[in-house]
Amino acid sequence: MIRKTFEHELQQVKDEILVLGSMVEQAVLDAMESLKKRDMKASEKIYEQDRIINEKRFAIENECMILIATQQPMARDLRLLASMLDVASELERMGDYAKGVATINIRMGDQPLLKPLIDLPRMATKAADMLHRALTAFIDGDAEASRAIPAEDDEVDALYEQIYRELMTFVIADPKTIERANYLLWAAHNMERMADRVTNICERTVFVVTGEIKELQTTSNPHEMK
Amino acid sequence: MQPEIPQYAIETRDLSIYYGPFEAVKNVDLKIEKQKITAIIGPSGCGKSTLLRAFNRMNDFVPTSRVDGEILMHGTNLYSKDIDPVEVRRKIGMVFQKPNPFPKSIYDNIAWGARINGFKGNMDELVEQSLRNAALWEEVKDKLKKSAYELSGGQQQRLCIARTIAIQPDIILMDEPASALDPISTLRIEELMQELKKNYTIIIVTHNMQQAARVSDYTAMMMLYEDTRSGTVIEFDDTKKIFTRPSDKRTEDYVTGRFG
Repeated sequence: MIRKTFEHELQQVKDEILVLGSMVEQAVLDAMESLKKRDMKASEKIYEQDRIINEKRFAIENECMILIATQQPMARDLRLLASMLDVASELERMGDYAKGVATINIRMGDQPLLKPLIDLPRMATKAADMLHRALTAFIDGDAEASRAIPAEDDEVDALYEQIYRELMTFVIADPKTIERANYLLWAAHNMERMADRVTNICERTVFVVTGEIKELQTTSNPHEMK
Repeated sequence: MQPEIPQYAIETRDLSIYYGPFEAVKNVDLKIEKQKITAIIGPSGCGKSTLLRAFNRMNDFVPTSRVDGEILMHGTNLYSKDIDPVEVRRKIGMVFQKPNPFPKSIYDNIAWGARINGFKGNMDELVEQSLRNAALWEEVKDKLKKSAYELSGGQQQRLCIARTIAIQPDIILMDEPASALDPISTLRIEELMQELKKNYTIIIVTHNMQQAARVSDYTAMMMLYEDTRSGTVIEFDDTKKIFTRPSDKRTEDYVTGRFG
């Protein structure tokens, strides 16, 4: 096998992407757990995790640029490296959503949760699971798996809609709950966005494998609630 | 029936090139667009130079060589009986891997070929214009009577290009024109090619894939048939496509450095 060194270095960046992915996955689940339990210390820890995630993303970016400059990748190698830059930045933004949820917990101060959290942790678990599989497919170059995942975003959207309606009934019954309802809606929005970004990773995988960049999710109807 | 309007500088039809019984290049169908740069890439010994040399009948100098199929230049078959190979080489100039200036002055390197080809105009103007077009004039204008051998390798190569364009060809063939040059001279030649393609069609054979990617509009990928060891074009496409998403797995393997 020629280009053994290059293969080895590419593999190292792939491994780093997987590490970054698992850090983000953990941060999302931890952030939701901290909100659910109203655990301020745990939420503060997410801030520290986010700082490490950001650093890791820059390190990956740097590694990709060094490989582009020193190895002059072509064709699939080039598509992979360009996509790894993109995926690293998607992951970093997902980390920000985790931080967003932690921020909500901290901002809520001593106000109690409007209601016990059930669907919100479900959204987080679903989004994290989609991320896990999307990233595995990206590293394995599995276009078929990547094409299937974005459809699952509908489940996340359905949960989001359900949460929205539920919170609105609280607000209508007692307008004073608006602030606490808004906090939870904001958290749900973060999870909904995270699942959308999983689709972007799936699109990148298909691009690496086939060379074609194509949107995998049909555009939602702007008249439907989101 | 409409007469066929030749829209390509060179078109090959089912072209095979033999050295004695050995079929060095097999079944090549290529359409080379006018005023574009077409690169021919592929592993060593796959017939790139043989194909290039067929375009201006340089292979005629190899006694056992033979061509099957057609090579059309602007619609005319270059190998038909009434075609003079000398005239073909005037229309299709060639630049080689190692700069090969004549052992003469810089001025005469350009004037000589033009004179032989019957140029009757103002020779000083032709020399200046050719050197300007080859991006060499500023460097040599004060020493035109000096020997061409006093120039650096990169300058000598540009002199050879000036010599080629002095006889006003339609097409310029380049066989590894920068492989003996340093990186700066290489980039000068590559920049020069971009200027030249405004007036000429250029076909370049190169081992340097980054160079092919940088300079060319189209790329032909050549490979050997496993069984016969004959070379052929396996993929011909837009350069941008060849280097970002080639269709053929073998091209992919070659441009990513997985074999070859």
